[in-house]
Amino acid sequence: MASHYRILLPIVSLAVLLGATFYMQPRAMSYFGLNLLFNLAVPIALATIAQMMIIMVNDIDLSLGAFVSLVACITATYLNDAPLLGLLMLVALIVTYAVLGAVIHALALPAIVVTLGMSFVWGGLALFILPSPGGTSPNWLRSLMTIKPPIAPMAVVASIVIAAAAHILIIRSRVGTVLRGVGGNARSVERAGWSVIRLKALAYGLAGLFGVLAGMALVGLATSADANIALRYTLISIAGVILGGGEFVGGKISPVGAVIGALTLTLAASFLNFLRLSPDWQIGAQGTILILVLAARLIFRRKGLEV
Amino acid sequence: MKISKVLLCAASLGLLAGTVQADGQLSDTSGKRIALSNNYAGNSWRQAMLQSWEEIGSAAVADGAVSAADAYTTSENQATEQAAQIQNMILQGYDAIVLNAASPTALNGAVKEACDAGVTVVSFDGIVTEPCAWRIAVDFAAMGKEEVDFLATRLPEGGNLLEIRGLAGVFVDDEISKGIHEGVAEHSQFKIVGSVHGDWAQDVAQKNVAGILPSLPDVVGVVTQGGDGYGTAQAFKAAGRPTPLIVLGNRQDEMAWWAEQRDANGYETLSLSIAPGVASLAFWVAQQVLAGEEVPKDLTVPFLKVTQDTLDETLAATPVGSVANVTYTLEDAQAVIADAK
Repeated sequence: MASHYRILLPIVSLAVLLGATFYMQPRAMSYFGLNLLFNLAVPIALATIAQMMIIMVNDIDLSLGAFVSLVACITATYLNDAPLLGLLMLVALIVTYAVLGAVIHALALPAIVVTLGMSFVWGGLALFILPSPGGTSPNWLRSLMTIKPPIAPMAVVASIVIAAAAHILIIRSRVGTVLRGVGGNARSVERAGWSVIRLKALAYGLAGLFGVLAGMALVGLATSADANIALRYTLISIAGVILGGGEFVGGKISPVGAVIGALTLTLAASFLNFLRLSPDWQIGAQGTILILVLAARLIFRRKGLEV
Repeated sequence: MKISKVLLCAASLGLLAGTVQADGQLSDTSGKRIALSNNYAGNSWRQAMLQSWEEIGSAAVADGAVSAADAYTTSENQATEQAAQIQNMILQGYDAIVLNAASPTALNGAVKEACDAGVTVVSFDGIVTEPCAWRIAVDFAAMGKEEVDFLATRLPEGGNLLEIRGLAGVFVDDEISKGIHEGVAEHSQFKIVGSVHGDWAQDVAQKNVAGILPSLPDVVGVVTQGGDGYGTAQAFKAAGRPTPLIVLGNRQDEMAWWAEQRDANGYETLSLSIAPGVASLAFWVAQQVLAGEEVPKDLTVPFLKVTQDTLDETLAATPVGSVANVTYTLEDAQAVIADAK
């Protein structure tokens, strides 16, 4: 019940914003327009799912933006020039993420500190691999990200696929249920015979996987990379998870909501642009939209409790 | 269409007859809309750039050269934000996008989308590598090398240099630094003994120079990237060390400090940077492309140099907190285009 209503508010927020954008800029109401509006939301949606995996186990990842940037740098260099080596590096990154999860749990370290530290490691590695902007997207990746499917544009199709895959993985599957349990009550999961350290490693590993996908998608769209390309994703992904109905504690998350949250944040920025709002106000306005949605959620919940 | 192109080419070749033909070209673009996509507005150079755009843009709209010249700045200096901004401009139906890019490569996808939608893209200062866009570039490496060449004329005996760099990972920083190191390789009497990032901001430069100074031997010269010279001078003063020869970057506070030092003890140096008015040059180049002029994809603008002789004049013309500037006209743009052909 609760999970069904959890998804309602993100959908309504997106619909309202989309309606306003179409009213402001009727040109956006087309196959071409929708793709332009939303294609850059695809890597953000993937990064948001990655962040959601971490938030699901009651942690937070402050290194995600730097991590996605590093992946982008590897994708635009090694994955293009020496695909096997590049693939190996990306797999190594995912494994590192899983190990980080295990270490954070085993030593009871605060994830916020560990990931903040790792953000400098990722950033340094990215600058090391790509000291000045450049690199080239592998051709297959570029054609994948610019594909023109029938009926709906790539951005919409990709969002639906990402949301469906994450939903099946986290909400429907057996292991997903246990993973959410770790966020809800790690001790009882442990008592039930599960190894929490392995589950945490799995959650972090999944975050690494989606982070890698985000970096690759970004390079496919941008055609090349630089070491600072995705730094914004850290905060956007957290905002996306929360906007999509997730909560910081208790394993309460919604994969479909997270994807919608990412789309909403992307659209909010475009909407403010169409409004010709001065850039000095735009960040504030984006924050206001976020607070409005969260306030609406609180009001709904209060009412829910009273009923 | 073809005939008008031929006519326009002929017109621009006869530069002396500028005004008459210019009017002919202007009428062609009176219905066109040009947008400025800017990634950052947080320093004096960018503020002056936006002001140049505003001046030239509103004048051009008033004269009927174009129907709109709107400036947009992203709220955060990030390539992903600017890519979204460019895609929004395509949706808004602009005919040309003038672009100061957050990254030379990370916007290529969005720029390609714009070209495919029939939008003219002209990049300047922070240029993009996508082949379908025009580039108005400054030879930053030559600028770095010129700094060392100047030091070699003033300090023939050589000595230790301190290098102030810009923002790490940005193309301009790499290029200027490359030029400086080329210059040092050529003039072997110089040696770079330290290097700090000043991020093109006086406060950052001052803090970081103050941090590295205690570990440095005597420094005779400082090579900078602009916006960091005054902070460097303050750091040397605070450490009680003699002021070395600091190459400046045309900022008003730097030039004011220079004039003050010159009056006090005959301090001599050189100041060089790109004029933020290059935005107005990019505007006219975009207008020329829209008018059907054949414009080479790669154009170069000279940098603006302030010497001991022109210091007083330039300082007087530069508002407090700003940077030395020139505004380019349609004729300047036509001359730059003719040079590149």
